[in-house]
Amino acid sequence: MAIITMREAISQALWEEMERDPKVFILGEEVGVWGGTYAVTKGFLDHFGPERVRDTPISEAAIIGAAIGSALNGLRPIAELMTINFAFVAMDHIVNEAAKLHYMFNGQFLLPLVIRTPGGGGRQLAATHSQTPDAIFAHFPGLTVVAPGTPADAKGLLKSAIRSENPVLFIENATVYQQRGEVPEGDFTIPIGKSKVQREGKDVTLVTYSKMVSYSLQAAAQLEKEGIDVEIVDLRTLRPLDMDPVLTSFKKTNHAVIAEEGWKSYGVGAEIAARIYEEAFDYLDAPIKRVAQKEVPLPYNRRLEQLALPQVEDIVNAVREVLK
Amino acid sequence: MANTVEMPKLGFDMAEGKLVKWIKAENEKIEKGDVLAEIETDKATVEVESPFGGVVAKHLVGENSVIPVGSPIAVITAEGETFDQNALPSNNTGSPKAVASDQAPLKDEETSQIDAKQEKASQVEPQVTAEVENERPVEDQKSNGMVKASPLAKRIAREKGIDLSKVSGSGPGERIVKRDLEKAQAADITPRAQPKVKTDISLTKVSGKDEVIEISRLRAAIGKRMLESHQSIPYFTLTHSYNAEALINLRKELNEGAADELKISVNDFFIRAAALTLIDFPNLNASITGSQITRHGSINIGVAVAVENGLLTIVVKNADQKTLPEVSKEMKDMAARVRDGKVRNDDIEGSTFTISNLGMFEVEDFTAIINPPEAAILAFGSAIQMPVAINGSLSVGWRVKATLSADHRITDGAEAARFMQHLALFLEQPWRLLY
Repeated sequence: MAIITMREAISQALWEEMERDPKVFILGEEVGVWGGTYAVTKGFLDHFGPERVRDTPISEAAIIGAAIGSALNGLRPIAELMTINFAFVAMDHIVNEAAKLHYMFNGQFLLPLVIRTPGGGGRQLAATHSQTPDAIFAHFPGLTVVAPGTPADAKGLLKSAIRSENPVLFIENATVYQQRGEVPEGDFTIPIGKSKVQREGKDVTLVTYSKMVSYSLQAAAQLEKEGIDVEIVDLRTLRPLDMDPVLTSFKKTNHAVIAEEGWKSYGVGAEIAARIYEEAFDYLDAPIKRVAQKEVPLPYNRRLEQLALPQVEDIVNAVREVLK
Repeated sequence: MANTVEMPKLGFDMAEGKLVKWIKAENEKIEKGDVLAEIETDKATVEVESPFGGVVAKHLVGENSVIPVGSPIAVITAEGETFDQNALPSNNTGSPKAVASDQAPLKDEETSQIDAKQEKASQVEPQVTAEVENERPVEDQKSNGMVKASPLAKRIAREKGIDLSKVSGSGPGERIVKRDLEKAQAADITPRAQPKVKTDISLTKVSGKDEVIEISRLRAAIGKRMLESHQSIPYFTLTHSYNAEALINLRKELNEGAADELKISVNDFFIRAAALTLIDFPNLNASITGSQITRHGSINIGVAVAVENGLLTIVVKNADQKTLPEVSKEMKDMAARVRDGKVRNDDIEGSTFTISNLGMFEVEDFTAIINPPEAAILAFGSAIQMPVAINGSLSVGWRVKATLSADHRITDGAEAARFMQHLALFLEQPWRLLY
């Protein structure tokens, strides 16, 4: 297996799908001439031409609106939002149109739309450009929300998203584009809506996704030295949420920590914890702990920013805490 | 016709009882033998069964009132029958002072003086017991719903029948978690529970403040009886060492592969041995009252058992006529009832001779105080492996020491010593206890 970066994995998925299906096209700010804000679509314009790699005006509402219209008319658009923070200006298109058209028009329309967008903090982009609002989007029935944590999952899931007939919000993380990982050669897909055990262990279930997967793996390596065997379940898809591997793992370990980059209140961790309480109460040996971002607009100052974001050490401490 | 239920006499020295709780409300149907009320005596809380069937027409006393033995507490009528309260033999509503003083003149002069003193004591008692009463729900909560355990621990306990109130929690806030139950189960198969000692001495500090504790009814009853015994009985003690090897081996063989509920304890052997020995020593199976000694027609062995903040004596009736497994089962059943606070009056009354065994605490030997009006009490220590001289050479053997405390008004040293000698016949050749 080749070891490539997250950026390369995503780029490969886009390239392969565009080669495979002429209906697939990309639109967004700086995706063409510039090659993408994070250089994901570098070389695409030259290869696929301006019809299929379209630079747009700086209007997220226009990008998503156009993407929805073209999807309804039979194309397979991949709309790129420069960051997920700009999705708020396209909110009505995303949650009121993309998420509901198929349902409200009695299935007359399919909506094979992918919205690619990076989220997360840690790059000193200050409060308005560093958010992790994944839970907000995962709240809406009708919208598939995918957030991979490894290059292989990113590639396989993005290809599935492009082939899906439903609108998919594909959330990447800006700080992990350079992260490397093994990715299978050739054409492969990973099914949407399947959580995965990324590391097997017997003492505690660490539920996580996206950037926090790599943090969790680091925490697990550290805890292993203390004799604590951590099992990591990567959600990969936030909606539809696959709780089976989480519950299976929890019934084995009886202890859980949930690590997410977003804020704790009303977050992904809250949802997972509630599901465990509802579906595995009799297996609970200690209260569940959540590791998340401090409840402040993310500071610009580097040290404050790092203090506010969840760190590997926070996960380590939470695991120790639940096993007390 | 209307029947009156009276405060039962639940022990030969019981003068009064506190009605703790009505189980059957007024106008409720009741069958003969149904539990009518709960009564707290000096020794325990016991259930009072209705001697009549019908309808509970009236409660004559309120909850938490202290009622002299024999005073009416409730009226039971046939269904549909009306009753005239004035027609009752006694219309007493349970004022302890009034009724108790009614009884006093019936006694002779000397005892009535003592009674008068006790009367004064019992006049202040309702106050004391009221405070004790306040503590009870707290205890109940602890033993019932307030056990702090994880849902998983609760489920495991439910599935494996573990009593969580007996498990100490090692989780945050002393919460019982899974590992505590694993430990508890492991401890179950070890023969003797290790004493709980806090190993981290640096963290163990006494508060530095004195704590004043109200004397509970049980504690007060024990104190009264023990003081009476120690002050009024001229007792002597003698200690005998028995070879316990055969008994230990026999017990091991009997218990091998047996289910827990069928296992026979060392104490069961002691009960049976004492009972069989007593057949030949009627003076030690006796009690003294005034100028008379009563040699009892039955051999009922009382066994002291520790309870929270005190002790109770549970009684194996006619222990001389029961097999070892029968004695063992009775003891287990009664001990379980003591633990659950559901001891029956029958469990704790009528002993004619008492055994106290501290062997499980690694006590070599000790002296017990006679349980009046009995003639003697036998105190057992632990079976200990020790160097013994046999036929002029030194070897290792098992020994258990027993100390008899006996009332010199009833018996003398020689008779007591012969009793101890005779006891060896059963303790050292324990197969004699099997038939």
